[in-house]
Amino acid sequence: MSLRRPAKIQPQNFEFNSSSLEAANKIVSKYPDGKQQSAVMALLYIAQRQNDNWIPLEAMKYIAKFLKMPYIKVYEVATFYTMYNLSPVGKHFIQVCTTTPCMIRGASKLVEACKEKISKNECELSSDKTCSWMEVECLGACVNAPMMQINDEYYEDLDKEKTLKILDQILEGKTPKPGSYRGRINNEPENNRKTLMDFKNA
Amino acid sequence: MLKLKVNDIDVEVEEGLTVLQACEKAGVEIPRFCYHEKLSIAGNCRMCLVEMEKSPKPIASCAMPAAEGMNIKTNTEFVEKARKGVMEFLLANHPLDCPVCDQGGECDLQDQSMYYGVDKSRFKENKRLVPEKNMGPLIKTQMTRCIHCTRCVRFATEVAGVPELGAIGRGEDMQITTYLEQSMQSELSANVVDLCPVGALTSKPYVFEARPWELKKTETIDVMDAVGSNIRVDTYDWEVKRVLPIINEDINEEWISDKTRYACDGLLHQRLDTPFIKYNKKFEKASWAEVYKIIKSKIENTTKEKICGFVGDLTNMETSYIFKEFFDRTLDLTNYESRSDNRFINISKREDYLFNSSLNGIEESDLIFLIGSNPRYEATILNARIRKSYLNNNTKVYSLNENGDLTYPYESLDGQTQTLKNIFEGMHELSKSILNSKKPMIILGESFLRLNNAEFLYFKIKDFLSKNNKFSDDWNPLNILSCDASSVGNFDLGLINKEKNILNDLKSNKFEIVYLVGQDNIDFNKTDEFVIYQGSHGDKGAEIADIILPGAAYTEQDAHYTNLEGKIQKAYKASYPPGEAKEDWQIINELAEFMNNRKLFNDKEELESSMFNYLNLQKEKQNKEYIKKFSDEFKNEKLTIDIKPYYFSNIIARCSKTMIECNNSKLNLKSTGTEG
Repeated sequence: MSLRRPAKIQPQNFEFNSSSLEAANKIVSKYPDGKQQSAVMALLYIAQRQNDNWIPLEAMKYIAKFLKMPYIKVYEVATFYTMYNLSPVGKHFIQVCTTTPCMIRGASKLVEACKEKISKNECELSSDKTCSWMEVECLGACVNAPMMQINDEYYEDLDKEKTLKILDQILEGKTPKPGSYRGRINNEPENNRKTLMDFKNA
Repeated sequence: MLKLKVNDIDVEVEEGLTVLQACEKAGVEIPRFCYHEKLSIAGNCRMCLVEMEKSPKPIASCAMPAAEGMNIKTNTEFVEKARKGVMEFLLANHPLDCPVCDQGGECDLQDQSMYYGVDKSRFKENKRLVPEKNMGPLIKTQMTRCIHCTRCVRFATEVAGVPELGAIGRGEDMQITTYLEQSMQSELSANVVDLCPVGALTSKPYVFEARPWELKKTETIDVMDAVGSNIRVDTYDWEVKRVLPIINEDINEEWISDKTRYACDGLLHQRLDTPFIKYNKKFEKASWAEVYKIIKSKIENTTKEKICGFVGDLTNMETSYIFKEFFDRTLDLTNYESRSDNRFINISKREDYLFNSSLNGIEESDLIFLIGSNPRYEATILNARIRKSYLNNNTKVYSLNENGDLTYPYESLDGQTQTLKNIFEGMHELSKSILNSKKPMIILGESFLRLNNAEFLYFKIKDFLSKNNKFSDDWNPLNILSCDASSVGNFDLGLINKEKNILNDLKSNKFEIVYLVGQDNIDFNKTDEFVIYQGSHGDKGAEIADIILPGAAYTEQDAHYTNLEGKIQKAYKASYPPGEAKEDWQIINELAEFMNNRKLFNDKEELESSMFNYLNLQKEKQNKEYIKKFSDEFKNEKLTIDIKPYYFSNIIARCSKTMIECNNSKLNLKSTGTEG
């Protein structure tokens, strides 16, 4: 991981659309008078959702003015948290978890699949500009490792083949079914195991 | 008071102090990088770790509030080990480039690594490399050296009031930068160079100029504005290499403005180093004897009333005094003046031209009303105090005019003097706020004093305040903000002509001989006047001169200056005048000797003691009330704030290349490559 820089090509202006504005105002109203600046993280996230999963500089300026705080303070926050994307990531943003549990369970195969289907390097837009992928730290679904996140949905219990299938669907514009791809409900134990005592099914 | 033990020494400290401060009170020095007395506490360098009884881990003493019964140890093996560990981490990514680093010799990290550094590094990975940042023409960055103490960020946000610096990224990739690498828009920006404990932010104009141990250090007084900041002038041979602040809690605290710090390269350029005489519109070099001779014959062949003299904005008190003596005793004349504009000044009472509430008083004030003044540019250090007062006490600030960004919020009025009249007749909302405030401050700028109705309004304001009992033994709410270093000193010495308006007479060409001492700000159409210019730099004054007497600049003579509060301070000689130039008092003394074979003073001590006698006499005469009846005529005017361009406000700054660069960077001029 290195310092993330804002994209070279930036949109000229940015403004919240009506639904974002409503969400932003709702969040700002939660904070006591004079502490509105605390809403900066939530507002950055709203801006990111509105703008195809990334935050342009103009959006940071807009938020700084919105919350009456210096530009640099918003910029600091946006560069600090890795889940804010500062350059275009595609409408379908694929995050492959490569932290230890996923790695042990074969996350590198998922990465291979992404490299084949989307782009050679991470954070690079696919040829049709709708997709990009990146390796990320633990997404908290270790029980269903290996897994990846596409926009807001988790795709779990994957292998290379399943990943390729999902990516194909994404590239065709379809929405694949989220969740476990080994037929599990959430993260229930496999083989009908109900308690830790059920050794025979282990 | 809290009682605690530091290394078995009992200390008592006030509540609210930190362990680090308690240790200092016990005489124990704690190493630190991020902690600074004047800034908020960050606690991120971890260098100040100490051992506290009953705590399993060492504590960061700068961030831990002192508490009753604490038992602090700073000299144990445990502490030593902790600090060594911190230092090892700091040095892991710090480059070993001390030999080519400008901070070398005055670097906190260098010094402290002598005590806590380990001679071998266990860090086998590649060192971090951070690209340089653009922070404007004054600050050179070498961010690989940065140890992320965030002193600069806190200074910019808290003291300078320009939140443009920040730390972006995280962990090993954290970088200190300005927003999108724009230059810092502050007149206090270069203080971050002093604050930086390592060589990450160094001075750009001073880059690779000298090593600190090679420089001769002279503690003296600044003359770039009327605040009288205490400075240290570092010289290498004749050249003034740099100017640094020294701490004076009553005046500049620890800061100085960029102009104070960087106008010093103006002392090397366009200097007058030999006497000149103008023949056929061309200057030719001459000897001192020649020029004295010409001046003598000119003065002898002119009617006395046709001679006048002006002193300038940087003239020290000794020079002003001997100039006045020269006119009083040698010429028997009172045609002298120290103002370069027709602003109203009542010198019969000292408090009528001083900043009475004092700089420290700003922090106690609860309401500040700026009239005809933009303190950000006229007195940067004073403005920083107003900001401090705003931050600490939420002081309300009002300004008659819209002043742009003053680094703190203020309410601006319409700029009409009618409004002013209303306020001080009690017919405005602001009148009530002034009446309700305990320690109001009315700050009158020079732009206000230049109004046609200045005298009327001044006494109106004074009347209003005294009727409502705002004057007390420890508080004087009325303040005049002088812009020039010499103003108050000259008023103290009485270099003002009360009977006639010399400036208007000069402009209507009534004089035949004009003697200018460091005065470059007078615009008049020269016809047949014989102009004698005495000063340090070739500027507007020298251009119109017929005879040039090369004088000395403020770093080249021992002399006194009185700051806007009326504090008299001595400036010391750090360098000497170039070439044949002499100290200013000496020139006038020699001229007087040449004219009637008698020196005005035998030596500088005599001049000084005579000057102080004069000042004391004047102080005793102060008690008489101002009786002059002023008319009730009043016409509404628009008050416009007319300030000199900040980076070119005096001759030294005008001759400074750094100041030109600063000015250009504010204008966002693109360099063309042909600047030379």
